[in-house]
Amino acid sequence: MAAVAGPAAVTLAALALAACGSSGDSGGTEAQAADQIAVAASDDTCDVATSELEAGVHQFTVTNSGSKVTEFYVYADGDRVMGEVENIAPGVARDLRLELPAGEYETACKPGMVGDGIRAVLTVTGEAPSLSEDETLAQASADYQRYVQSQTGALLERTTAFTDAVQAGDIEGAKALFPVARTYWERIEPVAESFGDLDPLIDGREGDQAEGEDFTGFHRIEQALWETGDVSDMGPYADQLLANVQEIVTLADEVQLDPLQLANGAKALLDEIATGKITGEEDRYSHTDLWDFRANLEGSEAAVQALRPYLEANDPELVAEIDERFAAAEAELEQYRSGDGWVSYDQLTQDQLRGLSDTITALTESVSQVASVVAGK
Amino acid sequence: MSDDVSRGLSRRRFFGLAGAGTAGVLAAGAAGGAIGRATAEVPPAGGAADTTGAVPFTGAHQAGIVTPAQDRLHFVAFDVVTDDRAELVEMLQAWTAAARRMTAGQDAGEVGAVGGGPYDVPDDTGEAMDLPAAGLTLTVGFGPTLFATADGVDRFGLADRRPGPLTELPAFPGDALDPAISGGDLCVQACANDPQVAVHAVRNLIRLGAGVVSVRWSQLGFGRTSSTSSAQATPRNLFGFKDGTDNLKAENTSAIEKFVWVTDGDPGADWLAGGSYLVTRRIRMRIEPWDTSTLAEQEQTIGRTKKAGAPLGQRGEFDPVDFTAQVDGEFAIPQTSHVFLAHPTNSGTAILRRGYSFVDGSDGLGRLDAGLFFIAYQRNPETGFTQVQRNLRTDAMNEYVQHTSSAVFACPPGVTGDDDWWGRALFS
Repeated sequence: MAAVAGPAAVTLAALALAACGSSGDSGGTEAQAADQIAVAASDDTCDVATSELEAGVHQFTVTNSGSKVTEFYVYADGDRVMGEVENIAPGVARDLRLELPAGEYETACKPGMVGDGIRAVLTVTGEAPSLSEDETLAQASADYQRYVQSQTGALLERTTAFTDAVQAGDIEGAKALFPVARTYWERIEPVAESFGDLDPLIDGREGDQAEGEDFTGFHRIEQALWETGDVSDMGPYADQLLANVQEIVTLADEVQLDPLQLANGAKALLDEIATGKITGEEDRYSHTDLWDFRANLEGSEAAVQALRPYLEANDPELVAEIDERFAAAEAELEQYRSGDGWVSYDQLTQDQLRGLSDTITALTESVSQVASVVAGK
Repeated sequence: MSDDVSRGLSRRRFFGLAGAGTAGVLAAGAAGGAIGRATAEVPPAGGAADTTGAVPFTGAHQAGIVTPAQDRLHFVAFDVVTDDRAELVEMLQAWTAAARRMTAGQDAGEVGAVGGGPYDVPDDTGEAMDLPAAGLTLTVGFGPTLFATADGVDRFGLADRRPGPLTELPAFPGDALDPAISGGDLCVQACANDPQVAVHAVRNLIRLGAGVVSVRWSQLGFGRTSSTSSAQATPRNLFGFKDGTDNLKAENTSAIEKFVWVTDGDPGADWLAGGSYLVTRRIRMRIEPWDTSTLAEQEQTIGRTKKAGAPLGQRGEFDPVDFTAQVDGEFAIPQTSHVFLAHPTNSGTAILRRGYSFVDGSDGLGRLDAGLFFIAYQRNPETGFTQVQRNLRTDAMNEYVQHTSSAVFACPPGVTGDDDWWGRALFS
């Protein structure tokens, strides 16, 4: 790998900012950007103002002049995401701030948010300071914290939009927003679950409640949207969901996970896929399980990437295996992309589910080794 | 077929003394007159009475074939999910190392269930801790689809190594095969005298295979239905009948050589000599109709008495099967009985049966989903199982059984040295 010297921190800092959709407001990246690089995106072009940069922090400003929603990525070797901005609507400009160590990268715009994108080479030269092992692990925690913060920001934003649609009785709008809001929840689910009482209120399934407890949260509203198509009595549930999400966002923004918790969280997200998504149990009314599947996978990868510099130094073979297996799982899932989202769970055959399950089982065996490497420091 | 009376201590009498169903420790004789005969000098099969000890893993042949049949089975068939030959080879090597350890009663990996640090994932799953080796054998086989997929893709460069006899079995009348529990690229047969030991072994091999293989189907068996050694009592199957009285026995080495082991000059012998073909059939028994049929109907269906297991018209289990004997002007053993049609005398061949009873819960209609997981080893499936099964077209037992799964595998020869591994000759 050409650019492995400490990029994970950067990736997550960048993701944090990207997902917040604004720059400089999260306190995520301490260093100031050295420059601002314009990226002109359209439906068939992706012009990055320069193809050579000095190592350090840079800010990309992506302007979408096309007719489709687009995304902008910076990839390291093997399509490892160094940073991304999603959901750049036509006519909108979004910033991506990113620290890039020396190495060979590729930039990509993805009009319509599908496919490999329109690629260009980006060469970064110069020295990046190297960290000690303990510093590397400390950096991993800090980076993952920023990732969590980026997700909570988007979670709050999208949940607000979802609950607004429910309150307005906009069934189709709410249905479209349901899997999108949940994406940000599912990416950081182990963190959210650490706040004991809130998780079941937000994400509990019918039948999970103790006697006398009400069935609330995302899935209560999901049931109304898909089962009855009547959300006229969902107002209080929407209010409560939003309030609970607000509370969890406040708590999650403070949370600092140690490296072992990161490792365990990465595995826990894969277990979520195996137990809740492969089975179709999670989104049993909407069958939007593959959205959650994808989000769990991304969240797991983000946690592993935060630890990457440390893992690269201590067990490069494991990193190579994990990379390969994340890629295999993503490729397996990619077959079921449909438009901006995913095919409905109930359209998958048993063979297709088995293919997904096999890649997750293999990936979990590899990711489960991360804790041991981290603990071996 | 066996006339053990001539050998002094009657097998029947011996079991009478020792108690029916108790595995004998003396080699009291063997069946198989049409095929050969065990001699009185043959020593008892090692470990037949010791249900806790270890069966040697290495040898010219894989263990688990002529090894005295253990009481429990966990059989699993896999699909290979990688196209990378090197990954497959690496897994077979890892499997061999783990099998070597587990059959010796050790943990699957060197670290073990609790030998690592608190943040290590244990390399053994732990449920066999404190349990003995329990006679565990692990037997591996390669299915036809490993050599080329059903649509002809040669994933691992093995297509020209497939021996001709390694091909899907033909369809037989009455088959109700479910493809989801049939076939497979690889299989592992785990047999042990403790079900937990067998399950533990399979579970750890599955873990080692993550990313390379995926479980296609699996089957538990709770009671052996055949004896494969003359030191063993003949067990009863779920029909309540002794099964495998005239099975090939380990002690009958000339018959084993003739009917079980692939030999130099046979197809694929360059890698398969010393190995054998494995056929599995999940045979659902129609338990309820069987249980409500009369004793006479049951005995006429099988061709033996229910209590002693004697051929009809005879008295003892090992009395010779005489297809010419008549009672009241009728053949004592009906020509539609299972014994008549399946017996080597009339099928013209022999197979080494090693099946297990199963009960997979119930079928939702209040009936047991139960039967025989049939396992047979032979030198060539065409002249082994297929020949026998073709002969069963008019078998009265067909009314009470239905075959629901089918598979065929080529089991390579045994692992010999410390560096040897399952399939080395095939992949080298």
